[in-house]
Amino acid sequence: MNKKSLENLTRGIFKENPTFVMLLGMCPTLGVSTSAINGLGMGLATAFVLILSNIGISMVKNIIPDIIRIPSFIVIIASFVTVIEMLMQAYLPQLYAALGIYIPLIVVNCIILGRAEAFASKNNVWQSFLDAVGMGLGFTMALTFLGAIREILGNGSLFGWSFVSDETPTMLLFIMPPGAFLALAAIIIAVNKLRGAK
Amino acid sequence: MAYIMIFITAVFVNNIILSQFLGICPFLGVSKKISTAVGMGLAVMFVMTLSTIVTFLIYYTFLQPYDLKFMTTVTFILVIASLVQMVELIIKKTSPALYQSLGIFLPLITTNCAVLGIALLTIQKNYTLLAGICYTLASATGFTLAIVIFAGIRERLEHAEIPKALKGTPIVLISAALLSMAFMGFAGISY
Repeated sequence: MNKKSLENLTRGIFKENPTFVMLLGMCPTLGVSTSAINGLGMGLATAFVLILSNIGISMVKNIIPDIIRIPSFIVIIASFVTVIEMLMQAYLPQLYAALGIYIPLIVVNCIILGRAEAFASKNNVWQSFLDAVGMGLGFTMALTFLGAIREILGNGSLFGWSFVSDETPTMLLFIMPPGAFLALAAIIIAVNKLRGAK
Repeated sequence: MAYIMIFITAVFVNNIILSQFLGICPFLGVSKKISTAVGMGLAVMFVMTLSTIVTFLIYYTFLQPYDLKFMTTVTFILVIASLVQMVELIIKKTSPALYQSLGIFLPLITTNCAVLGIALLTIQKNYTLLAGICYTLASATGFTLAIVIFAGIRERLEHAEIPKALKGTPIVLISAALLSMAFMGFAGISY
């Protein structure tokens, strides 16, 4: 793998992490990160759509007239979202129920349309694929991390494995809505500090 | 009475931004000044109501009878995107004054997940058209309320002394957390 490909792959994971650095796709980030498993599920579903839509869009980019570019991208993205929606409903009904309204809302996740417009519409299929894998992984890692922190603090468990007794009081606030904002704020402070130290 | 309950629940208890996390992008992005926050709120209210009515009619006249429910996501997002474009064109032609104040917010609304979210939730909750409109208006009111209060807080923050580490996004998120905590106090009145 040459240097350019490697850079496209790792860009989304660290340097331009969509969640912690670019602050994109905040609605699912805050909404479903109540537990690590929900975060992981949502991240993987989004990554799936992102990879397929980036591949699809970079394949048809020369056929689509410039003026109807955005609506065409939205149709492509929405079709893949429908695919993952039906797959999850069939094979992962529990996760499907937990993520609820946020699955169809992957369509309006700004990360996906953003990568389509900024990257896939200008680059070839292989590079777009790498870019999508990187961004998808970055998003999945960020959501799982945020979910893990909220689950540990709010529920005393990780991926459903409880490590405190039932009577132990936990910080319930963290699995409620305000906890989402607080946990994300704490992570961003840490990320800014690390980036500043470099 | 049922409508009043739907309204109060959607505005305060299940506030669209602070407890359901729909429409976070404009909430964090367009909330630096009260005047722009009000403009954004009104634009969202207008587009959201219109798109819920249109998507509701499309769902119950075409998608449900012809067993095309799996097309819901694709249809709704296309309808909303074209509706926003149409509204923009009509307002530009008929009322330049209104366009001046709301026009800049309209393109942002297409990718506002609150609009698609509420259209889908209205279907999911099996509301009638009237209850759906009530629910949408209430959610949009909740959106406007939250974003205007938040803009007020941020205007004050401009002049506050903020620790260096919290400057920028972190302090915005922490203020949002406090506002969200305040709204949690309404949880008691739901039933």
